[in-house]
Amino acid sequence: MSQARTLETAPGAAGRRTRRWPPEAGILMVLVGLALAFEVLGWIFVRQSFLFNEQRLVVMILQVAVIGIIAVGVTQVIITGGIDLSSGSVVALTAMVAASLAQSSEAVRAVYPTLTDLPLIVPLATGLAVGALAGLVNGSLIAWTGIPPFIATLGVMVTARGIAKWYTHGEPVSLLTDAYAGIGSGAVPVAIFLATAALFHLALRYTRYGKFTYAIGANPQAARVSGINVGRHLIVVYTIAGTLSGLAGIVTSARAESGQSGMGMMYELDAIAAAVIGGASLSGGVGRITGTVIGTLILGVVTSGFTFLRIDAYYQEIVKGAIIVVAVVADQYRQRARRRGA
Amino acid sequence: MAVPAHDARQEWLLEARGVSKSFPGVVALDDVSLGVATGSVHALVGENGAGKSTLMKIIAGLCTPDSGELRLHGRAVQLDTPRRALQAGIAMIHQELNLMPSMTVAENIWIGREPVSRLGIVRHRELRHRTRTLLERLRIGVDPDTAVGELPIAARQLVEIAKALSHESRLIIMDEPTSALTERDAEQLFTVIGELRAAGRAVLYITHRLDEVFAIADQVSVLRDGRHVGSDRPANLSRDDLIRMMVGRELARIYPGAPGVPGAVVLAAHALTGARFRDVSFELRAGEILGLAGLMGAGRSELAAALFGLSPARTGHLSLDGVRVRIDSPRTALAHGIALLTEDRKESGCFLMLSILENLEIAALGREFVRAGVVRGRAVREACGAMSRQLRVKTPGLDECIGNLSGGNQQKVLLGRCLLLRPRILILDEPTRGVDVGAKSEIHELIARLAAQGTAVLMISSELPEILGMSHRIMVMHEGRVTGTLDRDQADPVQIMQLAAR
Ligand SMILES: Nc1ncnc2c1ncn2[C@@H]1O[C@H](COP(=O)(O)OP(=O)(O)OP(=O)(O)O)[C@@H](O)[C@H]1O
Ligand SMILES: [Mg+2]
Repeated sequence: MSQARTLETAPGAAGRRTRRWPPEAGILMVLVGLALAFEVLGWIFVRQSFLFNEQRLVVMILQVAVIGIIAVGVTQVIITGGIDLSSGSVVALTAMVAASLAQSSEAVRAVYPTLTDLPLIVPLATGLAVGALAGLVNGSLIAWTGIPPFIATLGVMVTARGIAKWYTHGEPVSLLTDAYAGIGSGAVPVAIFLATAALFHLALRYTRYGKFTYAIGANPQAARVSGINVGRHLIVVYTIAGTLSGLAGIVTSARAESGQSGMGMMYELDAIAAAVIGGASLSGGVGRITGTVIGTLILGVVTSGFTFLRIDAYYQEIVKGAIIVVAVVADQYRQRARRRGA
Repeated sequence: MAVPAHDARQEWLLEARGVSKSFPGVVALDDVSLGVATGSVHALVGENGAGKSTLMKIIAGLCTPDSGELRLHGRAVQLDTPRRALQAGIAMIHQELNLMPSMTVAENIWIGREPVSRLGIVRHRELRHRTRTLLERLRIGVDPDTAVGELPIAARQLVEIAKALSHESRLIIMDEPTSALTERDAEQLFTVIGELRAAGRAVLYITHRLDEVFAIADQVSVLRDGRHVGSDRPANLSRDDLIRMMVGRELARIYPGAPGVPGAVVLAAHALTGARFRDVSFELRAGEILGLAGLMGAGRSELAAALFGLSPARTGHLSLDGVRVRIDSPRTALAHGIALLTEDRKESGCFLMLSILENLEIAALGREFVRAGVVRGRAVREACGAMSRQLRVKTPGLDECIGNLSGGNQQKVLLGRCLLLRPRILILDEPTRGVDVGAKSEIHELIARLAAQGTAVLMISSELPEILGMSHRIMVMHEGRVTGTLDRDQADPVQIMQLAAR
């Protein structure tokens, strides 16, 4: 392969090429820095190690796995220049629907008394389908009516939460089968998170789907001229995001061994935060799954670090907010640097 | 050349001394010194990527030099923000348009300087009045209340010029202002430039159209690979001298001319009518280059958009190889082997934050280089590398962000995107816009070669020599109608202008 080494380089430029770090290097350092900071603070204030505690690490990763699954989908939406506010409500809706089909025969007042002890595939497939349907609605509204993504997904967010409540008139759905509960037990949620992250990392980097996703976010008009069916592609991206929210809903209800209409509250914001902290740009065209995974872990470290230091939950939220603002400012700064060629 | 490149003793309005600037992998400017005198027009020429825009951005405070200094009336100044440069009396018209499409012409021109009442409310009547006065002075026929996004690109360019001139600056930098203008609008601009000079202002003028240098400049400076090759009065130079200084070698024939004899009709338009064109019929043959001439607003780009399915014609129809087809989206057009190079590279061309590779490959991925949804990375990179070398894109590598390329090099990448599709019908809207003389003749040769191999080419251009030098036939449009089609041996500039102006 006679690949393009340097094509036509300006004279004198050879060897002056500065080495470029992958964009994730910066936030990886933030992650390490935060972890080390909690380690030091831990020894000072609670006389314990933060990092060398297997149980805490496991709990931490479990806590963020659900956010992470959602964030993988949200990252793709953000790369197209859109946003998805419906994820949290879709988690609740799928949790309800999937759980209602996963009840064991011990449940006295099952939602569908005749449909208990169903094979695992039924609640799984239905849950994913519900998520996909919500995403399809998001995508279709955006693609066919031209409503801004913020408004379209806001509508779906409110509607999905409403359906989740209406589904059992607010009653939780409990007594689920062991097989279903298995999805949420042990390290399974973490495995699901990492598998989806790996899958979509590869998809974004190496497939036509990925190339088109970036192109649409970078310049929708130019994407159309390049022969991309922008509307159809957006529908696919939002449907994927919805499906992943559905998956998160299944995991959440399996872990809690019940479905509740209040599940997934504000998850959409955490997922957006994870993507943005990870380097995705809300103006579109930029973002990577690896960054989002690190962003998710940063959220996890902050949450569990504060709990570990026994600091009030209020402060947690304040700090989380501050981190998001810093991430967005950093994004602005990076973009300006790119424009000015600094 | 005999005259020293730079005379330190003279009293300059603005002087750059030993300015250098590097980007990762590229030395954009290497110890450049240059002086601009009051009441003069100073032209700056050089190949794509020579560093012209970078130097102008430094002067306009958009970019900080690594070393060197700027002096205004002999005093060293720090121009590190555009605002400071504006305050120092320096305004710039950018190579790429920088207007806000959803705002009106008036709002765009006075943004940040709107006349306001004591309560901070914008006084719209005054705003409109000021704009109208300004536009009238510049003889620009644009309504202050239209949204900029609705204007054709040439009109936007005029608005951009009006905006820069509204600052009443001492030094006005124009980066390829005429690349989007037709000759008539360009004439208008030259009149304005003449008035500015007479009023004691200075103009720094970048262009790839060498005729303009001889027409308006008092002084011309040449940059090559980031170095200042020399400066002189245009009267002391011939066109060939200038080209030799720019490219460092002789250039042969400028136009390869239309090759061969066209074959069968591949594309036929029957009475197409759309928003900005009416009753357009024509035939395009395999191996033919059909030039499309006309003034700004003649509906040429809109016709191209219709042929490519971007905004399909309302009535009339198209046939390909004699078979009637419906082309209602760019996708169908591409599927039929029609490719379009659009006129506005920033708005509908470049993916600015993506790499050269991603910009080149994107359209081809719709049909090629993909197996089961997975992109064949190596094959694509090889094809794009070959294309980039063929077009001599000046860049450290394929992974460089296209936003960092010079304007002419971006244009080459976009042309490469079309060529990777190996289209049967190629629609080019101002294909050499912003491209330097050397690269221009290379692109012309390429187009001629494609035609010789049987590609049907529809070429829109506002440069008459390009149209005349390249086309088999020339179709002229005026206000949305075809006013005539000329064979190239009958065609001459006067005739075309008459048809175009009617
Ligand atoms: N922000 C940037 N980052 C990296 N390289 C850059 C940047 N801006 C310019 N360059 C490089 O600097 C060189 C000079 O660019 P410049 O835009 O000044 O050229 P130019 O003379 O204006 O060319 P053209 O005639 O095509 O407009 C080019 O090789 C370009 O790729
Ligand atoms: Mg330039």
